[in-house]
Amino acid sequence: MTERLNGPQAPGDDIPAAGATSGPIETRSAPAPATRVDSSTPHRLGPSPRMAVFFLLPAVLLLGAWVVYPIIYSIFRSLFDSTGDRFVGLGNYGSIFTDSATLTTIRNNVIWVVVAPLIVTVLGLIFAVLTERIRWATAFKLILFMPMAVSLLAAGVIFRLVYEQDPDKGVANAVITAVHDTFSSSAGYPGARPRENDQAPAAVQGGAVVTKQQVQAGQPVLIPLVGLSPDVVKDAAPAKAAPAGGVSGTVWLDVVRGGGGTLNQIDPQEKGLAGITVEAVAGGAVKGTAETTADGSFHFAGLPAGSYVVRLPQSNFQAPFNGITWLGPGLITPAIIGAYIWVWAGFAMVLIAAGLSAIPRDALEAARIDGATEWQVFRRITVPLLTPVLLVVFVTMIINVLKVFDLVFIIAPGSVQPQANVIALEMWRVSFGGGGNQGMGSALAIFLLVLVLPFMIFNIRRFRRDER
Amino acid sequence: MRKLPLTVAVLALAAAACGGNTTPEPAQSGGGTTAAAKPLDGVKIEVAAKWTGDEQANFEKVLKAFQAKTGATVTYASTGEDTGAYLGPRIEGGNPPDVAILPQPGLVQQYADQKALKPLSPEVQAQIDQNYTPYWKELGSVGGQVYGVLVKAAHKSLIWYRQTAFDDAGAQPATSWDDLIGKTAQTLADSGTAPFALCGASGWTLTDLFENVYLSSAGPENYDKLAKHEIPWTDPSVATALTKMGQIFGKKEFVLGGASGALQTDFPTCATQVYGQKKAAMVIEADFVAVTAAESGAKVGEEAKIMPFPKAGDTDPVILGGDTAVVLKDSKGAQALLEFLASKEGGEVWAKQPGYLSPNRNVSPDNYPDELTKQLAQTIISAGESVRYDMSDLAPSAFGGTDGKGEWKDLQDFLRNPSDVKGAQEKLEADAAKAFTK
Repeated sequence: MTERLNGPQAPGDDIPAAGATSGPIETRSAPAPATRVDSSTPHRLGPSPRMAVFFLLPAVLLLGAWVVYPIIYSIFRSLFDSTGDRFVGLGNYGSIFTDSATLTTIRNNVIWVVVAPLIVTVLGLIFAVLTERIRWATAFKLILFMPMAVSLLAAGVIFRLVYEQDPDKGVANAVITAVHDTFSSSAGYPGARPRENDQAPAAVQGGAVVTKQQVQAGQPVLIPLVGLSPDVVKDAAPAKAAPAGGVSGTVWLDVVRGGGGTLNQIDPQEKGLAGITVEAVAGGAVKGTAETTADGSFHFAGLPAGSYVVRLPQSNFQAPFNGITWLGPGLITPAIIGAYIWVWAGFAMVLIAAGLSAIPRDALEAARIDGATEWQVFRRITVPLLTPVLLVVFVTMIINVLKVFDLVFIIAPGSVQPQANVIALEMWRVSFGGGGNQGMGSALAIFLLVLVLPFMIFNIRRFRRDER
Repeated sequence: MRKLPLTVAVLALAAAACGGNTTPEPAQSGGGTTAAAKPLDGVKIEVAAKWTGDEQANFEKVLKAFQAKTGATVTYASTGEDTGAYLGPRIEGGNPPDVAILPQPGLVQQYADQKALKPLSPEVQAQIDQNYTPYWKELGSVGGQVYGVLVKAAHKSLIWYRQTAFDDAGAQPATSWDDLIGKTAQTLADSGTAPFALCGASGWTLTDLFENVYLSSAGPENYDKLAKHEIPWTDPSVATALTKMGQIFGKKEFVLGGASGALQTDFPTCATQVYGQKKAAMVIEADFVAVTAAESGAKVGEEAKIMPFPKAGDTDPVILGGDTAVVLKDSKGAQALLEFLASKEGGEVWAKQPGYLSPNRNVSPDNYPDELTKQLAQTIISAGESVRYDMSDLAPSAFGGTDGKGEWKDLQDFLRNPSDVKGAQEKLEADAAKAFTK
């Protein structure tokens, strides 16, 4: 992050590099003409222009090679097609705004820029203000700042695991399913269903299993189900036909290990499905309810004679709640933004806390003595005094978010990468990651530069004002 | 298990980022002893391929044999999963490796167009003529000039199944597509085991599935035409193939985790789901599933078995993938290494390693360490000209070989929404048209 504040730094020539980048440009250029004027007189104050050039040279060379030349060449390259031989003018820029995949990346970048810097700054502010008041502030800050020590790549790997769908592996879903299951437990036989053929006596209708034929008293109904492994009901009692009399029947798992068995008939090895709710339906209304016993048989007590349809409502087959599909196309961008916030909130907190400690205490004290509530102190004194720092954090985050790459690249599985794609990632993919079109890649790079530029200028201006 | 491929990918990425000469050590052992007699003494060759782990170790054994023979020093650099992303900047920067082994012939075309490849020497071509059918020579050629030679083949017309799951359900391997869907898969699903584990997150597994169904249902002529984009993807033959795939995709009890689960599962996690976690019964992928099956503790040939991809039409599909070696720098060593890799001698050294299948017709199947590979080798050799190469690998890589783009993405979208055959065809055609005109 430091490079954002100081600008690209040339190692080993500290004086000119620090001067030539961000804030002090103004202060440097100001004395320069003065030096020239002074040079006519023998008694000048600054170093000789030759000396100044000598000291500036390393920085100029490095910046030229690493910043100026690549930018100019990228602009040049972006006007050519993938081979680099054919001039296409602004064609590459045109296709940025016509290609639907690229438009998705722009949309995602907009979401990022709107959401992430705001949340990071607000969270940082909240943490900073709160840590001022707690005893273990340093420990708390240390823990919050810790993610900054992890590379974004590693953070991406961590969150790829956190967001794993399987609650046994993904922490996020483990928490959510644990909470969910304490409120509503999933029971029954998820996945069980009748066979799909004409001979099967029951079929699925709107999630429930319904007998195809009308059922009369005195004829036990058979409702064979499949789709469950016999291992699931290993310890259940063998299925038994219900005794005749009234409307009755059996629900059982019509699967024999190793195949075989008579279809739709109760075989000795087959197990009953206990605890299934069974409804007798006539004319669309439920006339009676029963539950299967250990051997899978059920019997409706006190049901008036007539013909019914037997229905096993959907609640018997409710699939267990499996958590949220974080890495699916719908939630992928919010999920990655969550990971980003985890990494950067601590950084924002540290910066804001530093600003907070510089606020004159007497202003706060005076407000409190005048009877301001804590909220008023925060709202009317702390936040206005912190505005410069908050702005720096906010703008820095915007610049940072515009070029987000690694987290998206690592966290989004291949199948949802098009939905999670951002401009910086698309730039890399188009130019190197299989696209092989460096003209288009350069155009995207320049587009990204144009997006970042206003914020850079804003930041530089602010620094300059601070210098004065 | 999810952790493993991810870390591997990250490591590979790190290796690619370093551009590293990762394995300099075997140089001394071969070079020092009988230095005088060797023709390439002191010649340094860098070879880049995507293999890591066991595959890398096996390939390094072949390199060692070459070093012992010629005295050259060969260093291996792993390109990571995305060979194009590794080689692109190095070619652009004027510092390519001497030899690269490309996973897609599309890249051969692309690099030949960029004039980054050197034509193969007459000696290498002599080896190719001697050991390969003309079909393979054509595959490595661009504009009549031979640039590449297929050194490693992958058999992609297989369905791997777990014997115990079949036993428990009383299911039988299928001989036709209808049999596979109607009987085998249905029986497995009824017994409570998901019939298929799909690696939807790795788009290429879906293109492989499509190609097998398409070659089988539309025939080889249409296959060639579609591969060259001479018929559009909106052709009715494509609709037929997609509809057949929809018979799997569209039934949630047929796919482990449903479409959304499959789309988050990458290769080889789906193979682990079959053999390690024992949650599913079949995985439709190439011969290299054997590695994952063995790692998961399933003995290949007993618990992990294969059936030929069942006929979905009139043709028995045999589709190969494979890696093509090319020369990127004019050097004597590079051509000599290719000559060795294309030769019977080099092929037989490699064939003795597990997980390798040679497209070289003179490499005797007896060299392979297991019965299964021997069979596979035999089918490739005997099928000869009628074998087809993986279609997506023949397409421009923007269409057939890029994560999240083109065919990969469109088939993933189709897996998400298998009822929209027409929409999928239109997207495929739009992407193909864009990629093929470039």
